[in-house]
Amino acid sequence: MSDEIAILGAGMHPWGKWGHNFVQYGVAAAREALADAGVPWQDIKFVSGGATIRCGYPGFVAGATFAQALGWQGAEVNTSYAACASGSQALAAARNKILSGECDVALVVGADTTPKGFLAPAGGYRPEDPDWVRFYLGITNPTYFALYARRRIDLYGDTLEDFAAVKVKNSLVGSKNPRARYRKCFTAEDVAASAMVADPLRLMDICATSDGGAALIVSSLEYARKLGKPNAPRVAAISTVTPTFASGVLEMPDIATDSAAASGVEAHAYRSMIPLKAYEEAGIGPEDISLAEVYDLSTALELDWIEDLQLAPRGESAGLLRAGDTALGGKIPVNVSGGLACFGEAVPAQALSQICELTWQLRGEAGDRQVEGAQVGITANQGLFGHGSSVIVKK
Amino acid sequence: MSAKPLAPAIEGWHTMQVKPHLIGSQCTECGTYFFPKQNDYCRNPHCNSTNFREVELSRTGKVWSYTNACYKPPAPFVAADPFVPYAIAGVQLETEQMVILGQVIEGLTVDDLKVGMPMELVLEALHETDDDIKVTWKWQPLTQ
Repeated sequence: MSDEIAILGAGMHPWGKWGHNFVQYGVAAAREALADAGVPWQDIKFVSGGATIRCGYPGFVAGATFAQALGWQGAEVNTSYAACASGSQALAAARNKILSGECDVALVVGADTTPKGFLAPAGGYRPEDPDWVRFYLGITNPTYFALYARRRIDLYGDTLEDFAAVKVKNSLVGSKNPRARYRKCFTAEDVAASAMVADPLRLMDICATSDGGAALIVSSLEYARKLGKPNAPRVAAISTVTPTFASGVLEMPDIATDSAAASGVEAHAYRSMIPLKAYEEAGIGPEDISLAEVYDLSTALELDWIEDLQLAPRGESAGLLRAGDTALGGKIPVNVSGGLACFGEAVPAQALSQICELTWQLRGEAGDRQVEGAQVGITANQGLFGHGSSVIVKK
Repeated sequence: MSAKPLAPAIEGWHTMQVKPHLIGSQCTECGTYFFPKQNDYCRNPHCNSTNFREVELSRTGKVWSYTNACYKPPAPFVAADPFVPYAIAGVQLETEQMVILGQVIEGLTVDDLKVGMPMELVLEALHETDDDIKVTWKWQPLTQ
């Protein structure tokens, strides 16, 4: 199809808590992606960066910051911020530039350095900011993940053992990923022994924050052919659609949902909305998916995403998990990179890292983590205030 | 607890009587409710209204989901020393068709809660300052 673009190269700086400037991670990822693509830096016409808001002004203008660090060469720049969906929006900006014919090859890059401890809002008395309000009232990020997890227990009969099994599954594949931060194979006993944070979620059910960087080189299909890479994996869909009013799901950082009291409103939560648009845009359905990289901010959230992506009927993803279907070698492997469980979140890089994994999987270069015969992969991630993104990559 | 006067932690978000209500707003054209109050633009995509009335929201509802906080949140949360864990509930209001988050009153744990359980709104201390005791809304199981 004419609205596809090619992924020529992928690169990542390993995730960790390295304590370096974020630019260093982004440059390392970009150089790996350029080398992987076989495209000289001087040929890149557009640099699309995912912003980081915790690293000062250079992070706000990440596209220009990375372009300067790699050496000014006259490319146009863009910076996108959408919390954890920043990478997908940066990719969408590059795709628009390529499909409009303004540029034939682009670099998309995101990187972050995370501070120690909690991510806290700005100070003062600021009740107009929902993020300030919820922290003042004692509502943290794990609160929201735990509310969703509890509903799975009370409505679908999921158990703490199911949640622990997600961690065990992801840590097993993550142990084989040299770019992952946590590479230990955890057991159900390890999870059960970790401290309760937000009931029913324990410390090992919840993802950490990490330093990391990820980059992609994307191009028009014609450019890929000229470069001798006609079979490079393609971006078949990028979905960033919002929910529809009146969403009844409590979304971080809000303390109340929309009201559905008015007549004629039909609510759809964003998690179930974004895959619908992605499938439609790619012209495929859930039955075509070979593997999925989903945003396991908590173990239980992986189970929600599997249902939102329609890989299992609502309430039945724990059944897939118990049958081993979502493990490497199963019917529909989920998070064979190790997921956030093994990476921790490096916000502007995370959505791009999911696409890096799909790229290597579809090229058959994922080594010990390889999903046999992978043809189509889908990502899903979460931003803030009930938005997120989903990207489909196919051979 | 000291004899200091009670004051709302966030000014104007709830009434201060024994059986308190959250103070929200309602669009005069489409009937959509808002909490916190919205007085400038209606967020219903089918409605262009800029007119709202202030309303007291229902003070009872049913548990949508619940959890707790086992660790001290960062500022602006003001924690007791030592930190005392508390339960949290999202409660669905029937008339307003919306879910509102809040702490659950002191002394209750997640073992006391269940999805669908009837709850009511009360006021309880959030923290103390030099001048007063800051109170906020919390949820407790409905007592008939």
